[in-house]
Formats: sequence, structure tokens, C-alpha cells
Amino acid sequence: MIIMTRQPVHFYQVGSFAVGNRLLEVSDRTVQSDPQRFDSLDSGHRACQGCGEALGARYALDAAMRATGGQLIAVNATGCLEVFSTPYPETSWRIAWLHSLFGNAPAVATGVAAAMKVKGMNDVRVVAQAGDGGTVDIGFGCLSGMFERNDDVLFICYDNEAYMNTGVQRSGATPPAARTATTEAVGPEPGNVFGQGKDMPRLAMAHGISYVATATVADLHDLENKVEHAMQLHGARYLHILVPCPLGWGSASCDTIKVARLAQETGLFPVFEAENGVVTGVSKIRHRTSVESYLSIQKRFRHLFAGSGRPDIVARIQAMADQNIALYGLLAEDAPAEITREVSA
Amino acid sequence: MFQIRFHGRGGQGVVTAAEMLSVAAFDEGKFSQAFPSFGSERTGAPVVSFCRIDNRPIRSREPVIKPDALIIQDVTLLHQVDVFAGLSTEGYVLINTSKSFDELGLGDYLRTFHRERLLTCPATEIALEYLGRPLPNAVLLGGFAALTGQVTLESITTAIGERFTGATGDQNVAAATAAYQLVAKAEEEFDRATTN
Amino acid sequence: MLRQIEGSRGVAETVARCRPEVVCAYPISPQTHIIEAIGEMVKAGQLSPCEFINVESEFAAMSVSIGASAAGARAYTATASQGLLFMMEAVYNAAGLGLPIVMTLANRAIGAPINIWNDHSDAMAARDAGWIQLFAETNQEAADLHVLAFRLAEELSLPVMVCMDGFILTHAVEGIDVPDQRDVDAFLPSYEPRQVLDPAHPISIGAMVGPEAFTEVRYLSHLRQLDALDLIPVLASQFASTFGRESGGLIHSYETNDATTIVVALGSVLGTIKDAVDQRRALGDRVGVVGITTFRPFPFDEVRRALANAQRVIVIEKAFSVGYGGVLSADVASATHDATISLHSVVAGLGGRAITQHSLEAILDDAVHGRLDSVTFLDLDLDIVESERARIDTQRRSGPSAENVLSDLGTVASRIG
Repeated sequence: MIIMTRQPVHFYQVGSFAVGNRLLEVSDRTVQSDPQRFDSLDSGHRACQGCGEALGARYALDAAMRATGGQLIAVNATGCLEVFSTPYPETSWRIAWLHSLFGNAPAVATGVAAAMKVKGMNDVRVVAQAGDGGTVDIGFGCLSGMFERNDDVLFICYDNEAYMNTGVQRSGATPPAARTATTEAVGPEPGNVFGQGKDMPRLAMAHGISYVATATVADLHDLENKVEHAMQLHGARYLHILVPCPLGWGSASCDTIKVARLAQETGLFPVFEAENGVVTGVSKIRHRTSVESYLSIQKRFRHLFAGSGRPDIVARIQAMADQNIALYGLLAEDAPAEITREVSA
Repeated sequence: MFQIRFHGRGGQGVVTAAEMLSVAAFDEGKFSQAFPSFGSERTGAPVVSFCRIDNRPIRSREPVIKPDALIIQDVTLLHQVDVFAGLSTEGYVLINTSKSFDELGLGDYLRTFHRERLLTCPATEIALEYLGRPLPNAVLLGGFAALTGQVTLESITTAIGERFTGATGDQNVAAATAAYQLVAKAEEEFDRATTN
Repeated sequence: MLRQIEGSRGVAETVARCRPEVVCAYPISPQTHIIEAIGEMVKAGQLSPCEFINVESEFAAMSVSIGASAAGARAYTATASQGLLFMMEAVYNAAGLGLPIVMTLANRAIGAPINIWNDHSDAMAARDAGWIQLFAETNQEAADLHVLAFRLAEELSLPVMVCMDGFILTHAVEGIDVPDQRDVDAFLPSYEPRQVLDPAHPISIGAMVGPEAFTEVRYLSHLRQLDALDLIPVLASQFASTFGRESGGLIHSYETNDATTIVVALGSVLGTIKDAVDQRRALGDRVGVVGITTFRPFPFDEVRRALANAQRVIVIEKAFSVGYGGVLSADVASATHDATISLHSVVAGLGGRAITQHSLEAILDDAVHGRLDSVTFLDLDLDIVESERARIDTQRRSGPSAENVLSDLGTVASRIG
């Protein structure tokens, strides 16, 4: 029993339908279940309890480290991840890691990749990472340029749907009705407005890059597989990972995985992958649930349920989820055809 | 130091003309400098370029304010730009036109100048004949060499050849040579007229 | 071999002989010819190995350079004016990280009002960024300074900005001896980074530094800049012995031995100033010139020594700090604060206004006769200024000043001077 000799790794798979790692063949188990995993982002960092981004970053980079045989350089935008993982000399990064600015991680990564190419170090691969602000807002110009040039970089967005590092302000990835410090839950239309925001994965797809995928920290196998697959490809690639933020979302620290799973199971966060601009696979919803189950455990949506509540707004959010389900064919019986046609048209 | 100012319009190769002239002077072992009037001018807009030729290193970076010679590539500028600004009565003037100075209405203005230093040259017509395109810049350099003697025709044609390769270069060289001969002939006729 | 070529071409060929490994390009006048020429050399395989990257902004140009440099590649880019401002956050970052990037700054005015012509506003806006800033007087020097810049940058692990006057130098065709490849290779060893992203020896670069260490990190940057003051003359001397001509250095004096009036300036205007000085000396005025090649770090000691015997110093500067005055003048004043020198600031050449020998001679004439004010705007059209001031005083909605001034001035087609 090899398994007994290994250091146990704890997971909180609340509400999971997943088969536990211990029941799988060793070769089918996650990178994270391996006590010999690299721990690219080591323990001791200063993230909040239950931080989804810390989980997402370690999952993604450990998978990338395994996929590249440790030949990895990571570029980091300014943001929570950068701040809580340093300051020096208490850096939690065990990989070659560079932080320059908030809005330039894609371009810095382009430079690193260019240096590797010019030096003939083709086995060294480059990952750039940023939060949603560093991706869809301030970093968008550089990201679009990196995509358009098809530079050899995997860009990972850890999406917690607001500027958490500066105290929970709205970003272009903040969902409608969500309370942030700059979209307070006051007035007739409390929280963030409807009809705004960027659908970053589809914007990435529109660049025609080789690989675009979404994932959540709730499905470790899926996330790691996508990183693994992305690292087999060259050119610009994009991975958008939903990482709940207990502080900004007002969810319990122990519920991070649960909240992420509900985002997927309600249809609010479609989990899919696309190659060369065409959706090639979706993670089906295994237990469809209403958006209330997702919204009601987050204080950023508390105003939708206080007093007599705002069923009208909840209904609009439900409609968004339903639209995603139809668009991506997220139910078991659906064929994932709609988006394919739309994108290729 | 000999200073030349070129006036023309965007698209007529005004800047290239100054550069080729500076290369011709450089090839003769002189010090030279060429630079444009630094505009963001589009095709058709008035453009100015400058060239300095000297036997010692040129340090000045000011535009040519007091030119020794003017090369006016587009005659329509006479009514739009003060092309003669800073030109002394000792100066040379070469204008791209098939008209005479009197026909241009410049007879009175230039009366105090040395007549042998003033010349019109139908460079556009010559360009059309040799190049099939109305590009007078290289043509006028041939005329400039004959008019001022500041550079030789050989240096001009070498500079043109360095700038334009193949048929375009050959055609420009032929056109500049034709302009040189035309101007040289006009100068000879003037000499004969004045000495007789 | 001396060739009659455009300044940008000379710089591009020289940069290529420095064997940059990553070159980023974003078009902005007047630096475009440099980057276009390098792009062509890379595409034609004449410069190899080199990655030439057409980026989407100047911010990306400097950011790509940061990534490349941190990963151990020799990185180069060029910009001007608004481009420098657009990349400014990354400009500071490159210096803070201590990355030896070399950048050409084709000096150009900063808008609004938008203006593509030459002055030094862009370089002055970056003077506190932590970059070494070198100013070229001629196109030969502009080319040579790039060889020195790569060597200096990599020895000190600091970025270097080579400033050359936009259009006046970049677009001027004159004789340039592009440094020979063998000489460049002898002078400039391959880049050995002090810090590098290496999966085999993983380090963190760019971590957050708190109050407990930030002062020390900054002070170390300052010390490295001060080290440059010692290193630059050494490299200039090595350059002279390798290439057989003088280039670089901290400052250069001209006719200052007996000079009671000394003009101080940066860049290409020094040539016209020297002509004006020769003219005034022929009339008996004891005037001289000090050209500052190394503007950052500022060579206080050398400037102080060079001006020690002057009674009067005139700083000609192509930039000024609105609401304050001359930037270079302040540095010169600081260098000479313990001397009894009468210091005059002459702001000239803003937005491409021609600095003529005639106007410079008039300034020198005023200076030696004690008529020069402490601050003068060369060839300022006061009537136009008064007209707009009157408009502002009498009308609430007086409109945009820039457009009003143009309207008062009337059409100026192909203005020569």
C-alpha cells in the first residue's frame, strides 16, 4: 500500500460528487494529492483563510511545473497574489518568479518568452498570472497584444470578481447586483449594474488563440488537466479560473470550494474549453440548482434577500444562468453546439 | 560654407533631394549636412529641406535662414510661401518651371541679382520624359550642379545611383544629366550674350 | 568607415552591432526610423539571434524589455515624448528592478498642445526615474553613446537612456562612422546578468519591500548611479582607445580656459552655440561652452570645476518646469551654489522653435553687457501672449489658448526659422 506511506493531503470537497483521490489509480490522481508535488506557492504566505486564489495558483502552477518538468518561469501582475506571496525574504515562491507592474504581466511574459527563444532555451515555458483587474481591466491592452502576436505564454486569470487587494472595488469582471466598495448595496438598483462587464474567455477566443479554458478551484482534476493540456501547446493560451474570495464575497472561509462549485452548478460560471476559437468541451452540470443557493451564502448579495428581498433581481440573475446553460449546452442532455456556431460564424 | 534650401511639396522628394546633394558633396570629400523641415506634412503640403556643404566640420543645427542657393521644386509655392526669405542678391535661384522669371512675375524682384545665378528649368517635363513620372528632385540636382558648380555632375549621378537602384536610378541619372546639359547650355549662352 | 547617412540609420546599425537579443518596437515620431531599420535587419537575418517584437504600446515595449532583461537577454527599445510618458510606470520599474535596458529617446516635446517637434521635455520628465541619461551632441556621438550605454548599463545593472534630439539629429544626414563590429565586440562583452530568472536556480524578483528595507534599496540605486560618475570617464577613455575617437564622458568644455561667460547646454544645440561663441570671441568676448553629456547622474563636481572661474553662466535649456523654471538651471545652480556666479536661464527651442545663431549671439551680447534677465524665453512673441492674456481677462469663455494663439498668429506655411 504505497498510499499509506505518503503524507496525507487535506481537501475540503464540500458537497462534492467527485470520487476521492484515494480510490483512484496513482496515475489518475491529482498533482495535489502527490506529497512530492512541487509546492510552487509554498505554505506560510499571507493569504486570508479560505483564499480561492492561493488554492488556484498552487494548483495551476504545480500542474504546470509537472507538465514542464520544472522548466517554468512565472510572471505575476500586482494584486493580492503578489502581495500575499511576498514580501521578501519570506517569498512563498519556489519557482523562478518575476513581478513588475499591475497592468503589464502579459507583456513582461512576452519578454521572458522572447529571451528563452533567443537563447535557445525552448524547454523553459512561461506562465503569466493576474487577478481579474490585472486581466480584464488594466492589463487588457497588454493581454490582447500578447494574444494577437500569439506569444508563447499561458496566461492565467484568477477571477475573484473585484479588486480585492485594494479593498473590494468593482472590476470589469464584477457580476451584476454584487456589492463592492464602489457599487454599494444602496438605492433602487443596489450593487453592480446589469449589462456591463467583460466576458474575458470569449474575448480571448475571439483572438483565435490555440487554447482557452475556464475552471474553478472546485474541480481539481479538471483544472489540472487543463493546465497540463495548455502546457502541451505553444503560442498564446488563456486559462480563466474562478477563485472565490471569502473577504470580498462575504462567504465563509470553509465554503470556498462549495461556492465555486455552486457557481458552476447554477450555470453562472460556465466551465468549458475552446481550441482555435471554437468550444470543444463543456463541464456538464451534474446537479442543477437555482442561483439562490449560490447568491444567498454570499454577503455581497445579501441585499437581494434582506427583508422582503428582491426577487426581481434574483430572477434576472437566474435568467443569466439559464442563458449560459442554453448557450454552452451545460445540461447533460444538451449538445454543446450553440456557441460553436456563434463563434465560427 | 554653402547653404541650400529646397522648397517643394510633400511627395516631390524634397527631403530626398537635400540628402542626395549632401551625399554628392560627401563623396567629393567635403563635409555636408542635410535635414528636413521636420513637419508632419502630408502629400501636397509645402515642405522645406536644407543642405549645408563646407570644407570643415559643420556644427550648426539651425535651419538654413540665409541660403546661398534656393531650389524651388514647385512653382505654385511662390504665391504661398516666402521662399526668398533670407536670400541675398548674391544668391542662386533654380526654379522648376518652363516659364521665364518675367513670366512668373519675378523679373522686378530679382533685378538686383546676378542674372547668371538665376535659372528656370522644366524639371517636371524632363522627369516625365525620362521617368514617366513628375518627380523633379533628382533632375534639379543636375541643374544645380551646372548652375553653381558646388558639386560635379558625376557626384550627383553617383548619389542618385546610391539612392535609386535599377531602372529608376538609370532614368533619374539620365534626367539629371539632361537637366545639367540644359542648364550648362543656358549658362554658356548667357556668357556669350554678356561677353559679346 | 565614414558614411553620409541619416542619424537614425547610424544609431540602428550601431545598436545592431551591440547584438541586442530582444528589441521592442512601437511607432512614435521621431524615433521610428531607428526601430524600422533594426526590424529590417532582424527580418533579413543580418541581426541574429534577435527577437524583434512589434508591441501594442510603449507601455508594452518597456514591459517586454523588462521581461527579456530579467530573463537574461540584452534588451533595447526606443521612444519619444508621449511614448515615454505612456511607458513611464515601466520606466521607473525597470530602474527599480535594476535591469540594464538601453533605450533611445528621440527627444520631442510633450503635449498638449500636441507637437511632434524637438525639445527636452520628455527627458526631463524622466530625470528622476533612476535611469542614466546621456545626451548626444552629434549623430556620431549618438551612435557611439549606444555602445557605451550597453556597457555601462550591464556593468552597473542599471538602465540607460540615450537622448538624441528628435528630427534635428534623428533625421539629419551627415557623416557617421558606425562603430566596427570587431571593435564593438572587443568593447562590449556578452551580457552576464546580476539577477536572472532561471528555473534551475529559482529566485523571486520584484517582491514587495516594506518600510524596513525600501530606503536601503533606494540608497543602493543612488550609489550605483554615483558609481556611474566614476565609471563613465573610464569607459570613455577605453572607448577612445578602442575606437580611435572621443565619445561619451561626463561633460565637455569648449573655449572655457579664459571664459568669464560660460554657456551650459545639453544635446545638439551645442553645435550652434559653439558657432555663436566663435563669433563672439572674434569680437573679443571671453565666452565658452560646457556641454553636459551625462545628465543623470548629474556630475556636480565636474560642473562646479568647469564653471569655477566664470563670472556668469547662461543655461540654455530646451525644457522648463511650468511654475518653477529651468530644470537644468536648477541643477547647475545647485552645483555652483557656493560660487559667486550670476546664473541666467534661457528657455529655448520649445516644441521645435529654431534656436538660431543670431538669437544666441544676441543673448551672449546681452549677457556680457549685463542686460540678460535671470530667466529669458528666447524669441518669445510677447504681443501674441499679451493678446491672449487680454482675451482671458475680458471674456469668461475665452476658449482654448493654443487655438487662440494660432488664430492670432495667422497662417504660417512652411515657416523657415
